[in-house]
Amino acid sequence: MNAATEGLLAGLIILGALFVLLGSIGLARLPDFLTRLHGPTKATTLGVGALLLASAIFFSTRESTGISLHELAILLFLFITAPVTAHLLAKAALHRQSSTEQRTRMRRETNKKS
Amino acid sequence: MIGRILPRPLLSLTVLLLWVVISSSVTPGLLLLGSVLAVAVPLLTRSFWPNPPRLVRPWQALRFLGIFAADIVTANWRVARQVIGPLQRLSPAFIEVPLDLRDPFVATLLASVVSLTPGTVAIDLDQQRWILLVHALDAPDPQALARAIKKRYERPLREIFAC
Amino acid sequence: MLTAAIEIAFVLIGAAQVLNLYRLVRGPDTTDRILALDTVGINAIALIVLFGIHTATTAYFEVALLLALLGFVGTVALCKFLLRGDLIE
Repeated sequence: MNAATEGLLAGLIILGALFVLLGSIGLARLPDFLTRLHGPTKATTLGVGALLLASAIFFSTRESTGISLHELAILLFLFITAPVTAHLLAKAALHRQSSTEQRTRMRRETNKKS
Repeated sequence: MIGRILPRPLLSLTVLLLWVVISSSVTPGLLLLGSVLAVAVPLLTRSFWPNPPRLVRPWQALRFLGIFAADIVTANWRVARQVIGPLQRLSPAFIEVPLDLRDPFVATLLASVVSLTPGTVAIDLDQQRWILLVHALDAPDPQALARAIKKRYERPLREIFAC
Repeated sequence: MLTAAIEIAFVLIGAAQVLNLYRLVRGPDTTDRILALDTVGINAIALIVLFGIHTATTAYFEVALLLALLGFVGTVALCKFLLRGDLIE
């Protein structure tokens, strides 16, 4: 492995790890659920994507193993599933919000009656 | 004849490619097994697949993929700055994007694209009125964002699938 | 250079995992916890891939792939439970 690929790999790994961290910072820091959803679905996916790409390049440039494409399968899978997860979570959150609001409203009405 | 053995040529090709990617080596035996899978999987799962519209312009689809990948990277920088920066400056908003396309498969694709480009998450698709409900992390001007989504992603998708 | 980069990356993703755990413990809602759990799973994939590069073995690919599959199915199942469970209530 020459210096150029090593530099590229190091850059990809650091960049990927930074994006993973940014996704988690977003998860921990943002104020409400729907904004929190933005961090992990996108920054984390891109970060892991960069790491997987680095892994693919690393194992492909080693003489002993030949071309390595496993990582692309994981990459593809993550990029397909991330929007689905986000969609379902947002739906579940909205569903819970509306149902709790209705429940509190009902409770208030019963309190008024009594 | 070909239509009976390979009801979905693109799906078969995808299965074969995925098989090669996962096994990560190309030998005659693996290729044979992959070809058997590529024929068998679409045949066995035929009844589960919705009828997707035909891919009319494959080259434009590739170009769209390129633009999409570039968008993911560039817009991630923006979200990164927003996440680290002061949170009071953010103005999250729900945006309703009225769609012109009328195909469930393409609409799903559009929703996934919107979810992966940072700053927006597709939350719900109203199939009666064909409105895509989108949540944006920072949208000072919701109308402009809705127009941008329509222009940048919906129109190319409609051209690619001709619907 | 590569070794140093990998070590820095381990620290960064470790910090990310701590933040995920904070959100997992803190809540406040079940959906927040599911999201945190999903992110913990994805970050675990990142750690495994990094460890694979670090030790230069390809033995961990299947682990990463299985974690990706199971994490997705688990998250979808939990979301479905939230959506349906409330309906029965």
